[in-house]
Amino acid sequence: MNAVLAAGAVLAAIMATRAARLLSSALWLAAVSALLSVLFFDLGARQVAVIELSVGAGLVTVLFIFAINLAGEAGKPPAAVVPSWLAAGIAVLVPVLLAALAAFEAAAGLTEPSTTFAAMLWQQRGLDVLVQIVLVFAGVMGLLGLLAEVEAPLGRSAAKEVVARREQDLLALESAAREEEVRV
Amino acid sequence: MSISPVALGVLGLLGVGFYALLVSRNLIRTLIALQILVKSAVLGLLLAGSLSGKLQLAQSLAVTAIVADTVVAVVGMAFAVQIRRRMGTLDLRDLAQLRG
Repeated sequence: MNAVLAAGAVLAAIMATRAARLLSSALWLAAVSALLSVLFFDLGARQVAVIELSVGAGLVTVLFIFAINLAGEAGKPPAAVVPSWLAAGIAVLVPVLLAALAAFEAAAGLTEPSTTFAAMLWQQRGLDVLVQIVLVFAGVMGLLGLLAEVEAPLGRSAAKEVVARREQDLLALESAAREEEVRV
Repeated sequence: MSISPVALGVLGLLGVGFYALLVSRNLIRTLIALQILVKSAVLGLLLAGSLSGKLQLAQSLAVTAIVADTVVAVVGMAFAVQIRRRMGTLDLRDLAQLRG
């Protein structure tokens, strides 16, 4: 079961990198997340499985599709800067080195008394939670950047620019209404 | 020594992520490659936690990694949208040629 899920995740990841359209890539990435969340559940990490499914396969995919719609498809992908043989060599070498490192470390085999996920997250890793709150705030700011309407170059602060453009829009509406009255 | 299929999955995802990161020049494809790399790291964390009996610690670290990864993706997407609007391209090589 685990082997099938892991192989499926790797295949979906390959499809995500090879898909011609960005939208297809985003959907294959969602498939990777969904398969991995089942694998996490199977490993016993139930909380992370739920978070991966809702955030990885849900939220991030929706945001990717939204961003691709806003930015548009990039057309035919340009040639890579790094030669593909070198990239493939590095892509093989890094996992091999990691596997060798893990094989050395596996001999340690440390265990500790079991505790609950909530106790671990809120009590022993409390600082992580604070960092996550800061990160979520940064994410909200990033989302505001994604949705920002004002375009560069800005001649003044963004707030003043928004006000000035709104006034311009109002003036345009008023002049259009006046022209309508004259026509009537 | 037998290798767990999940460990092979970690290494496979790592390889695919690295290859995509090195080869892609599109900003959004780079973000997708980063996502694959982080998913590999999270799977590796949980596998290590499961094998060493420290699954709860691994889960708390994995949650932090997922939150950080999501924020990186959101900020990266905001960059991609704004760069496309202002410069008309998502090609990283074109962006690298900008000089102050």
